[in-house]
Amino acid sequence: MLSDALKQKFDAVIARYPVKRSAIVPLLMFAQDEAGHVTEEAIQEIAQRVGVRPIEVIEDIGYYSMLHRRPIGRYNLQVCTNISCMLRGGGAIFEHCSKKLGIGHKQTTPDGTFSLEEVECLGACCGAPAMQVNYDYYENLTPETIDALIDGLRKKNPASET
Amino acid sequence: MAHYENPMRGSSLEVKVLTERFGIPNVEKLDVFVQHNGYEGLRKALTMTPDAVIAEVKKSALRGRGGAGFNAGMKWGFVPRQSPKPKYVVCNADESEPGTCKDRVLIEYDPHQLIEGNIIAGYAIGSHQGYIYIRGEYRYLMEILDRAIGEAYAAGFLGKNILGSGFDFDLATHTGAGAYECGEETALLNSLEGLRGYPRVKPPFPAVVGLYGCPTIINNVETLSSVPSILRNGGDWYAKIGTPNNGGTRLFALSGHIERPGIYELPMGIPLRRILEEVGGGVWKGKKLKCVIPGGSSCPVLTASEIDVPMDFDSLSKIGSMLGSGGVVFIDEDTCMVKAAWRIMKFYAHESCGWCIPCREGTAWLKALLERFHGNGGMAEDIDTALDVSYNMLGKTLCPLGDAAAMPTISILKKFRHEFEEHLKLGSCPFEARGSESGVRVSAGVAI
Ligand SMILES: Cc1cc2nc3c(=O)[nH]c(=O)nc-3n(C[C@H](O)[C@H](O)[C@H](O)COP(=O)(O)O)c2cc1C
Ligand code: FES
Repeated sequence: MLSDALKQKFDAVIARYPVKRSAIVPLLMFAQDEAGHVTEEAIQEIAQRVGVRPIEVIEDIGYYSMLHRRPIGRYNLQVCTNISCMLRGGGAIFEHCSKKLGIGHKQTTPDGTFSLEEVECLGACCGAPAMQVNYDYYENLTPETIDALIDGLRKKNPASET
Repeated sequence: MAHYENPMRGSSLEVKVLTERFGIPNVEKLDVFVQHNGYEGLRKALTMTPDAVIAEVKKSALRGRGGAGFNAGMKWGFVPRQSPKPKYVVCNADESEPGTCKDRVLIEYDPHQLIEGNIIAGYAIGSHQGYIYIRGEYRYLMEILDRAIGEAYAAGFLGKNILGSGFDFDLATHTGAGAYECGEETALLNSLEGLRGYPRVKPPFPAVVGLYGCPTIINNVETLSSVPSILRNGGDWYAKIGTPNNGGTRLFALSGHIERPGIYELPMGIPLRRILEEVGGGVWKGKKLKCVIPGGSSCPVLTASEIDVPMDFDSLSKIGSMLGSGGVVFIDEDTCMVKAAWRIMKFYAHESCGWCIPCREGTAWLKALLERFHGNGGMAEDIDTALDVSYNMLGKTLCPLGDAAAMPTISILKKFRHEFEEHLKLGSCPFEARGSESGVRVSAGVAI
């Protein structure tokens, strides 16, 4: 179920544009923020509100790399390995995360706590190597800071102790 | 963390125009901003005719900071003023060019400066609606902007009859959702219309046929953030800071193998060598410089012998490269350039939207070729094949993403051909063999 707060946000966002379909991508992002992924219900609701067919919403989802229709981990570790990060050890950071979590690119731990993704430049090049956990930035990473971060997140979410 | 970890490290060579308010406590709040000359540029603009505003910006020689370096005032002048259609201002905050992270600080540290620039641009071209298109990853910055926009409405800087002038202007943020291509202006417009971010055929240019088919100007965050101080201090003042035809300052983001990575505001035309040695503290760990990417990963690389170039649009273009987006990436002597070329191409292959065949196929094949080459499966003819594929992408696509992929590749293939040949001769990566840390393969299987 989409929350009432989200539906109100939908109304406010759609009102910003002279053409309603402009709101599709922002609405998808906000719906995904709430549910963790873009649900079938969200697709139907957005299509109906902006006056397009559901398939047109689905077409957009397929284009944008941040949108996904299947659940992912509660904490999505997005490690940049692009040029500035590569030069300062971004590859090793990715490997370290992968080993520690036992998952690879675009995989999720069985308990649903963590996902891992190798991503392109995050706009944090001066703090390379960098990553984002969901929307939060972490810069100047080392294996030690990664360990502390992951352990901290695990504690916050004890379901993952198994 | 919802902030950029200490990117502003300061340098005595800095000239603070865009960053003059950085560090003032709470300057992201409107009342503090106003105490420090905030919205003075807008007040000034509203006393002038729109044509006079455009003339002032032209005089400043402000050139687009998004990459192409087009004269901003000239672009504004292309908007047909007598057109009965609505007109739009679109601010490009998609910042995704590898090595580039300067729009981020402009929004984080001084969001009202950007809002003010948008309103002035709107006044100049007769627009009543602006959108700031911001990359999806920059969510915390969108929240900063949304708060600031709310304050600007409450104080009468946005909305109806701004400051009693009779001019109306609305402004809203619009989040992207992960697509480098949506930074390209026509793909951005499609994305803003709720479509996939595929590029449009040009001409017609957006200034005439843009958002919803209406006249639209698209400018980078840094370009629009530069406008308030130009109005406040005059175009001549701004032009004098830089070199002829390259007005003002720009934010350079120094990254890679440098001692003091960070973002520095420097006058246009400062020699790259001074940036490396005096601002950035030299190559890290006392190593030697191999090459520099002067303005984001789309730019042809410069070798260590080419760094006396003044950092402005015209000087870099004269030596076959580009000032681009101001992301300066330094690469040390121990880096494998085959691997660097591969990683850069991997990005373009991932981001090619697939609309134009030379780009879609070219980037995928080049990625595969470079990957195989670095993985020691290279053949002698690969080097010329790679050059041939690259040349067949240049200028053959609707948007310049194909060029952006081909240009750095050609420069690396030409300037570092000997490294490719060394791979062939050795049958393995010479840097990996030496155990240099940056020669190590990026990540096992999955990443490739
Ligand atoms: C593939 C591609 C990606 C681009 N990405 C950006 C970007 O993220 N931000 C930006 O300001 N300009 C980007 N540009 C340049 C824009 O197309 C456009 O030239 C610029 O926004 C115009 O603003 P300016 O004149 O103020 O620089 C990109 C261009 C290409 C070809
Ligand atoms: S290259 Fe990693 S954040 Fe820019």
